[in-house]
Amino acid sequence: MATATPATPVTPAAPAAPGPASRPLRRILGRASWTAGAWLAALVFFFPVLWMVLTAFKQEADAYTTTPHLVFSPTLAQFRAVFHSGIGPYLANSALATVLSTLLVLVLGIPAGYALSIRSVRKWRDALFFFISTKMLPVVAAIVPIYLAVRDIGALDNIGTLIVLYTAMNLPIAVWMLRSFFLEVPVEVLEAARVDGVTLRQEITRVMLPMVAPGIAATALICVIFSWNEFFFALNLTSVRAATMPVFLVGFMTSEGLYWAKLAAAATLACLPVLLAGWIAQKQLVRGLSMGAVK
Amino acid sequence: MAEVRYAEASRAYPGTPPVVAVDSLELTVADGEFLVLVGPSGSGKTTALRMLAGLEEVTSGHITIGGRDVTHVPPRDRDIAMVFQSYALYPHMTVAQNMGFALKLRGMPKETIAERVTEAARLLDLEKYLDRKPKALSGGQRQRVAMGRAIVREPSVFLMDEPLSNLDAKLRVETRANIAALQSRLGTTTVYVTHDQVEAMTMGHRVAVLKDAVLQQCDTPRTLYERPTNVFVAGFIGSPAMNLYTVPVDEHGARLGDLVVPVRRDAAAGLATVTVGVRPEALCLVGADEDGFKLAVELVEELGADAYVHGRARLADEEQRVVVRVDPRDPPAIGQTVRIGVRDHGEVHLFHPDSGERLHS
Ligand SMILES: Nc1ncnc2c1ncn2[C@@H]1O[C@H](COP(=O)(O)OP(=O)(O)OP(=O)(O)O)[C@@H](O)[C@H]1O
Ligand SMILES: [Mg+2]
Repeated sequence: MATATPATPVTPAAPAAPGPASRPLRRILGRASWTAGAWLAALVFFFPVLWMVLTAFKQEADAYTTTPHLVFSPTLAQFRAVFHSGIGPYLANSALATVLSTLLVLVLGIPAGYALSIRSVRKWRDALFFFISTKMLPVVAAIVPIYLAVRDIGALDNIGTLIVLYTAMNLPIAVWMLRSFFLEVPVEVLEAARVDGVTLRQEITRVMLPMVAPGIAATALICVIFSWNEFFFALNLTSVRAATMPVFLVGFMTSEGLYWAKLAAAATLACLPVLLAGWIAQKQLVRGLSMGAVK
Repeated sequence: MAEVRYAEASRAYPGTPPVVAVDSLELTVADGEFLVLVGPSGSGKTTALRMLAGLEEVTSGHITIGGRDVTHVPPRDRDIAMVFQSYALYPHMTVAQNMGFALKLRGMPKETIAERVTEAARLLDLEKYLDRKPKALSGGQRQRVAMGRAIVREPSVFLMDEPLSNLDAKLRVETRANIAALQSRLGTTTVYVTHDQVEAMTMGHRVAVLKDAVLQQCDTPRTLYERPTNVFVAGFIGSPAMNLYTVPVDEHGARLGDLVVPVRRDAAAGLATVTVGVRPEALCLVGADEDGFKLAVELVEELGADAYVHGRARLADEEQRVVVRVDPRDPPAIGQTVRIGVRDHGEVHLFHPDSGERLHS
């Protein structure tokens, strides 16, 4: 505002001066405050994560001070300690459950989404509602029957059980998501392919899937995040052999809860795979969906 | 190469009452013929074409291609190629891949595919763009890729659904000529859908006019123009449209105001009124002493080679709009009242006032 000083004597030329000078300034200030606001919000969200990562690289002594030490000599000792405490099987279980259940969800969900959008089957509305209605039941309410059933077939503490449950848990959302992505596909392109001579399988694999790859990537990412972070089933249905990362973290908290740096390192390790999946999916996500197929 | 035949083919969409989009279409397209399906919006042109493609179910009747009944054959086994109105190119493939996709599906060797694609690209002037994706092409270029995708197939029938409607006027006229030339060179049976009657008349060997799901007439452009089978075809074909009036008729003839058009007695037997159709070029300016009716000139359209006079006349006790073609070197002025006569009574069309069917042959 300094440029628009009221002290300047009012000459015929003067009224023009404050306008052009102050308006950009105001705009710049406005934009800067939005930027600052956005960064602030991002920081508020991100700070706990940042703090966790920083703490993971600290010595236990640095981690435990009441006035937090921002300057410290980083160390990998905590990560080493976590690896030595037997995180391996947990990581492997989580990876197995996540990857296999996500693959299963895609294998089952893609045809289902196709049948509910492009070649819509009869009563597709009911089918769609049925899918989502399975998510209306709170997991807590279902755990007792699930536990009993799993116990009776002797599948407690079995990674296969988790894979099946995670598939069932993610499938409804995946079908809904995939369906909405498939609806974006211009039908005429698929018809052109049919005239060109595709079989049903080729129509899906060679024409439709490449066009909806971003949508599939987004769906897969959601499934990966949900299954990787799933805690409730894992806690109740596994004990030793099939336990996953979230279970490990909780166990770690009770056994080593006083060692903050070590805990932070374990938590950081638990986050990494999801970040990695997000980073891989991002490349697909940014591709335009329709890419000028029609018009 | 093949003959296409719709044998009483219908398409009804279920509902109460069912929507009949194509009603008992009986139509034969000769081998190598360029047939245009034309009609107003919603008349069932696209549906008829899609039935032939196998993309739309035939609810009754049959369709044959080259004598083979394909009514229940899936699109991929019909040996047809289709150009869609939206072009429907594969967005994830390059131009070359788009054109070669059908051949690849048929397991053709790579070299043959490349050869055919290059050949088609040369024909359509697309060689520069073979490695581009569709999104990096202009509308006209995409249109040509869609054409190319059809011709590399060397199918027995081409199907085209308004392939020019997304192009600008100049490009449309140019492409129109190119498609017609290409078709006559390849000699492939072609069914072409358009709502543009000029396109239909200039491109088609024969033109089939559809209205409300029913085929009205299928004939050469000349015949459609000179002997329309009913009022609808008479009004639809030709630009500017034919003047059509329902006027009283007696033993002297049909009365267009003061003008009496002789009518053959047997043609209008038992009718009190008759629908008279006269094309703008069949009317002319006449002197005060000749047979004619008065016209108040409201607009003169000068198109260079022709001029059209638009005006109002009192015919059968009603104000009617009339269009007359006049000599462009000496058009009447706006606001003037002129006298209009008929050039040749043989060029006057008569239709039944209720059914709209053509009277006398
Ligand atoms: N899925 C459908 N369900 C019910 N009626 C339909 C359906 N598809 C098309 N129709 C009807 O069938 C009729 C013919 O449609 P069609 O698309 O063949 O018209 P068209 O002649 O191609 O028109 P345009 O020039 O506008 O493309 C229309 O009246 C339309 O409303
Ligand atoms: Mg149409």
